[in-house]
Amino acid sequence: MQEFRVLMGHDTPGYASIGVYRDHGGYEALRKALHQMTPTEVTDEVYWSGLRGRGGAGFCTGMKWRFIDRSSPVPKYVVVNADEGEPGTFKDRFIMEHVPHRVIEGILIACHAVGAAKAYIYLRGELALCRERLLTAIEEARRAGLLGASVLGSDFDVDIALHRGAGAYICGEETALLDSLEGRRAQPRLKPPFPAQAGLYGCPTVVNNIETLANVPLIVEHGAEWYRSVGAPNPAVDAAARTGGPPSGFGPDSPGTRVFSVSGKLNNPGVFEVPMGTPMSALFGLAGGLREGLELRAVIPGGSSAPMIGPEHFEIPLTFQTLADAGSMLGSGAVVFIDDQTCPVDLALNLVEFYEHESCGKCTPCREGGQWMRKVIQRIAHGQCREGDLELVRHVSDGIKGKCFCALGESIPAPVNSSLALFPEHWQYHIEHGSCPIGAKEYSHVG
Amino acid sequence: MLSDELRGEIRALLDQYEEPRSALMPAFWLAQQSDGHLAAEAISEIAEIVGVDPGYASGVASFYTMYHLRPVGRHVIQVCKTLSCRMAGAEDILEHLKAKLGINLGETTPDGAFSLCTSECLASCGTAPVMLVDDDLYENLTPERVDEILAQLGG
Repeated sequence: MQEFRVLMGHDTPGYASIGVYRDHGGYEALRKALHQMTPTEVTDEVYWSGLRGRGGAGFCTGMKWRFIDRSSPVPKYVVVNADEGEPGTFKDRFIMEHVPHRVIEGILIACHAVGAAKAYIYLRGELALCRERLLTAIEEARRAGLLGASVLGSDFDVDIALHRGAGAYICGEETALLDSLEGRRAQPRLKPPFPAQAGLYGCPTVVNNIETLANVPLIVEHGAEWYRSVGAPNPAVDAAARTGGPPSGFGPDSPGTRVFSVSGKLNNPGVFEVPMGTPMSALFGLAGGLREGLELRAVIPGGSSAPMIGPEHFEIPLTFQTLADAGSMLGSGAVVFIDDQTCPVDLALNLVEFYEHESCGKCTPCREGGQWMRKVIQRIAHGQCREGDLELVRHVSDGIKGKCFCALGESIPAPVNSSLALFPEHWQYHIEHGSCPIGAKEYSHVG
Repeated sequence: MLSDELRGEIRALLDQYEEPRSALMPAFWLAQQSDGHLAAEAISEIAEIVGVDPGYASGVASFYTMYHLRPVGRHVIQVCKTLSCRMAGAEDILEHLKAKLGINLGETTPDGAFSLCTSECLASCGTAPVMLVDDDLYENLTPERVDEILAQLGG
């Protein structure tokens, strides 16, 4: 059922060390990229593979790389977004802990492709084991001549530094991350210019997610067509012909595998790598189904910013397009199964509290809207509902949606509106009775 | 006062970056690791080394939740409260910790051993509920497991 590509070797003892990784062919893709391919050929291979960003937005990775002007005289940078913090998401942590050298190899190939001599890994502050594994991997790679001057005897010089975050979800937003890396309060920047034109220190910058980069060595080693041999690629994209047709890595094109983070009250929650297009029900099966006595009520298919969808979508193939069509998104690949003993009002409150806490404060709809949304839902959850509160929730939601500076604020209404749409009777019960119909205890840590 | 050794380490950080201001956050980490928290005086001294205004530097420090701007206990316990941990009973863990330590959120035990707070999603939803104690992650928590952890830490 699982198809290990990114996670290949994760169950091999010692795979996190450079010796074992190289014994299994590790860093051969880097050698190939440096000695047998030009940077443009590497970028083209990644473009034609149809690889799309695994952080949440799903933008075509090869296209991002193509945006970098290699002829520009200023330095170029590769910045690695390892600020995993979207509620429900824990796959990048797993990747960094288990296959750190695949990540490092992917970063080095990306640097070669876009002409960067320096990469920064922006790692979430809380992830101590990842920090240890990555720092060890960087040092091992340096000692092995894979990092530093004249990598593997080529004319390619490169260095990687790890920058530790300090607790701010907003740093997952790429321009806020860049501000943080520049020693500022992490607030998103106005786009355009996009990071590819003016990113870190105003220089051309590629920002890629951990899982995205861990796919790169495999694509370089085995080729774009191999990459597209699994998953849900758009058949109209012809990676062999490499010309004409629809663009690779957009719309219905979802090739390759995806590392899903699966959680909820399940028998076997965890990280699973499956081909794109795998039905949600299969993922549910891999996670062992819900614990005894529980019934499935809804699914958050792509992290907390992805609207919940009902069980009627249980057979949906997991691709970028199908989830967008279902009114949600594949996002960060974090699938949270919601059971009948979880109060949907409490769930909405919990996630709104999250967004309120993590708002960077830059724009009013997010900063104020999140707070108001939390206050009103808190009243509903705690049996202190006032007349018109439900309308007020919708009103505040309208005041946020489409009016925020970045995707964080835009995400606030997602859990609320989808909870309201899927569980209107449950909300109504709270409002009329001042208590929860399933007897859930409602909690809040704010206010 | 930052020690000479620490000042040297902070100056060495400047080489990692194109612009010295980028060294602020790693410098804050070094100061906090050495002192247990990030004192206003340390922020000012770091600002001077990095070459930014002290007010600007404290504005950066206060943005990020992991910098302790006030003294904290020898161990800082952060209980994840978001979504999957919430569904897995994070509240019970939190209530247990409060009762056991005799403190509320944001407080430190009188002997200075533990500070207690909540955290947003710690990226370990598959092994919920979880908490961080300093740098160490503890997973699949139960009240019994929490007692064992506290005992090990000398609580």
